[in-house]
Amino acid sequence: MTFVSVIRRIAACLALSGLALGSSGCQSMIVFDPKGPVGAQERDLIYFTIGLCLIVIVPVLLLTVWILWRYREKRSGSVPYQPEWSHNTKLEVIWWGVPIVIILILAIVTGRYTHALDPAKPLKSDVKPVTIQVTSLNWKWLFQYPEQGIATVNYVVIPEKTPIRFELTSDGPMNGFWVPQLGGMIYTMSGMATTLYLQADEPGSYLGTGGNFTGREFAKMAFPAEAVKKADFDQWVSEAKSSGNVLTEDNYQLLAQPGVADKLTFASIPQGLFHKIVHEYSMSRGAPAGIDQKAITLSGELAKEHTEGGQLAPDSEPSVHAGQAGRSGRHGHLIDGSGTTQDQRK
Amino acid sequence: MLDNLKDFASWFFVTGDPLIYGADVSIVMTVIAILFVLTFFKKWGWLWREWLTTVDHKRVGIMYIISALLMLFRGGFDALMLRTQLAYPDMKFLSPEHYNQVFTTHGTIMILFMAMPLMFGLFNIAVPLQLGARDVAFPFLNALSFWLFFFGAMLFNMSFVIGGSADAGWLSYPPLSEMTGSPGVGEDFYIWGVQISGIGSLMTGINFIATIVKMRAPGMTWSKMPMFTWSVLASCIAIIIAFPVLTVTLALLFVDRYLGAHFFTMDGGGNSMMYVNLIWMWGHPEVYIVVLPAFGIYSEVVATFSKKRLFGYASMVFAMMAISVVSYYTWLHHFFTMGSGADVNTFFAISTMIIAIPTGVKIFNWLFTMYRGRISFPTPMMWTIAFIPCFVLGGMTGVMLSVAPADFQFHNNYFLIAHFHQVLIGGVAFGYFAGLFYWWPKMFGFKLNETIGKWAFWIWNIGFYVCFMPQYVVGLDGMTRRISTYGWDTGWWGLNFTSTIGGFLMGLGFLFTVWQIAHSIRFMEKDTTGDPWGGRTLEWSIPSPAPIYNFAITPVVTERDEWWEEKQRNAAGKASKKQQPLSPIHMPKNSALPFIQAVCWFTAGFGLVFHWLWLAIPGLLGVAATLLAHSFNYDTDYYIPVDEIQRTEAEARRTV
Repeated sequence: MTFVSVIRRIAACLALSGLALGSSGCQSMIVFDPKGPVGAQERDLIYFTIGLCLIVIVPVLLLTVWILWRYREKRSGSVPYQPEWSHNTKLEVIWWGVPIVIILILAIVTGRYTHALDPAKPLKSDVKPVTIQVTSLNWKWLFQYPEQGIATVNYVVIPEKTPIRFELTSDGPMNGFWVPQLGGMIYTMSGMATTLYLQADEPGSYLGTGGNFTGREFAKMAFPAEAVKKADFDQWVSEAKSSGNVLTEDNYQLLAQPGVADKLTFASIPQGLFHKIVHEYSMSRGAPAGIDQKAITLSGELAKEHTEGGQLAPDSEPSVHAGQAGRSGRHGHLIDGSGTTQDQRK
Repeated sequence: MLDNLKDFASWFFVTGDPLIYGADVSIVMTVIAILFVLTFFKKWGWLWREWLTTVDHKRVGIMYIISALLMLFRGGFDALMLRTQLAYPDMKFLSPEHYNQVFTTHGTIMILFMAMPLMFGLFNIAVPLQLGARDVAFPFLNALSFWLFFFGAMLFNMSFVIGGSADAGWLSYPPLSEMTGSPGVGEDFYIWGVQISGIGSLMTGINFIATIVKMRAPGMTWSKMPMFTWSVLASCIAIIIAFPVLTVTLALLFVDRYLGAHFFTMDGGGNSMMYVNLIWMWGHPEVYIVVLPAFGIYSEVVATFSKKRLFGYASMVFAMMAISVVSYYTWLHHFFTMGSGADVNTFFAISTMIIAIPTGVKIFNWLFTMYRGRISFPTPMMWTIAFIPCFVLGGMTGVMLSVAPADFQFHNNYFLIAHFHQVLIGGVAFGYFAGLFYWWPKMFGFKLNETIGKWAFWIWNIGFYVCFMPQYVVGLDGMTRRISTYGWDTGWWGLNFTSTIGGFLMGLGFLFTVWQIAHSIRFMEKDTTGDPWGGRTLEWSIPSPAPIYNFAITPVVTERDEWWEEKQRNAAGKASKKQQPLSPIHMPKNSALPFIQAVCWFTAGFGLVFHWLWLAIPGLLGVAATLLAHSFNYDTDYYIPVDEIQRTEAEARRTV
């Protein structure tokens, strides 16, 4: 049949080009090109999973082709035809048994890896970890370095071969913090701080990106994660400190307004800002003793006047007035956040 | 006055985009054309009597399927707009707002207003016929379910030109979907569109469970029930447990938005993570709700076109029931990245993997149904065969995703997108296409053109792989979902462009399917046998299309594949069971109330979207009034006399 042969030829061409594309793509797949211990373990786990799955999948695909070919109606020559044959205990035990065994193996491996790769678990290292506090804002990233007392927006610099303790939160809709070549994604969520340990083993600029949709300019939330040598890091810190650009609470309120931002560097940060951001939303879910004022809310009719995102006109600048009004609740209960970080993990 | 009107119009209608104006014009033209045709050919009475007020499961099924195909067109068009926007870096085809609306609409429509109604359509067409029943258990409720779905879908679709569409993703995660993130009416359209049609879905679940439990033909024990009907039972059990969760979740979100409550807000004690948990407690069973009936269809099709009994019947039933139950314990795998801790993640990772076991077993059973069979390859079988490698691959990536720490690297990127499109298209859509082409002759009394059907099949399939295989790669290259554009420096262009080509090939495949249907209507090849495929189950024992009462005489079942065995007995010359005499058939009467009640719901929903209580309250009162009216209506049934049955059967070239 000419129709079938034409189709076959097209399919073959496409399969070949797909293969070519796939193999060329493989070289560039950054998840398979990790630059840190976490990403490397995750890559190994992915390879292991693929291998285990292929034990079942390859035979199934071959069996499919063989059965279709052998038992097609138009086949010349005789093959058995058993229209009543519909049960065989031995066979069924095999194909219940084999997947059960494979899933059992995978389950055990997954359990071990899930605990080993718990994002909040400190990495084994002789080097003291560096803490970076990450806040996802609409639509930018704020990175605070509490130990160095500096902050950046939309880029993060880390020293190589040093465990980095990322503390993640959000002052806005839930997002995801993902630097594929260093390791997997963890959500940033308002009212809580999640912890993610990552480490870069060699210098380089790695793609970082936002993982959960947050509205209009979500596509602009990619950021470079730059791993540099320890000495370069120290030099960069001192340069940042001498830049004179100060992050104050008021600046932060402006920064938190919906909109996009360029890369920014701040020479100093307000004391306990990250904890305040976390606490602003978490206090009503278990506020520490002495805090009884709940955040002034922004819902219903009021929200229409104080749009925080989502459906703003493309070029509209959020008015400072509206922003301050909308955030007036914050200033009523700002607390000293020291010692009250809520780490959601053990 | 005029200025006020102008202000209102510019706020009420979506403005400012040439695409929207084009759509406005085409909608108005289509409505005018439909009104004109109905009036010119004097079809208003016909439309009202035969369709809008019908409670006949076969007609309700056809209406479901037509609506679903229209929604497939819209959802598919949305997909092509998305792919066009992503074809090149820094594209300006869609603005970010518009892009966000389009992907939200695409997802919502494809799952809730395309897959669900197509599935319900096939339930309606096949289940009563497979059971040897005259209709579903509650025909009135069935019609009401359909109209609630239809007007829910209309309400959601309307937001496209009136008020503005939802743009917070197909599951509307708060706080983005709260007033602070989405102050427009789009989210309210989403809530009420999904809510109203969701009530319909829940009632359909109840209806089909009752039908399957109570209305099987005499002799059809549980172990003799056709596999598709088993799959419907499994799916409906999942529906009645999962859909109330959706209803409650959306109701809470509505209370947040409308009354300023704080269930899911960031502040005021709200917890948006609770919404994410709740919505996936519905959302994960939902994917099994749509895929289980597809498994049932594959089972019917494989057995029919291998001319062989389904292999491992008991295993198949157990596997489906197991999937139906275990699917409730996997929801958290949609957000391993929330950081629930290693113990919780391990639990949900393992529960997710466990589902792969019964699913894999089913694949083996289908393969061994074909083993030592006589396999022919008409279109329903082609779709079934295409399903196997596609779903196996999709299942493999599913297992990869279930490994929690590995999922940190897959989550919310195009690897995930490729995975769920592969299982939802390769598993669900292929299955529904197989079912649609398989039961088409039974629905309409004519067969579809096989040659065009096979062209459509190949274009669809090639398009599918070209579209989604590159997405796996680009996902592992760091491209996250829902970004409206990307830069040249990312290196994602080639894969995205290839993917777009595949998307358009699938669009071409859809056009071929439309051409196939149009061509088959034009050059109608009537099915005079009632059994064009050499079927095995009871629906093939009656004429095509099935008469209004389905079975002139209620069949008595003695075997699993009753109709196949009956044909064997006849061929062997063994006299079949003694024919019973005809007796008058008890049938449900048509009713306008389902349609009217759904219109009232629509009115109420529309009023609540715009906070117009003057519209919403009368709408809800209308709902209450129609409920009361039906409660006190005792004139709901009639009997078809014997001579009319004889006449109908004779017309279908059958002797009674």
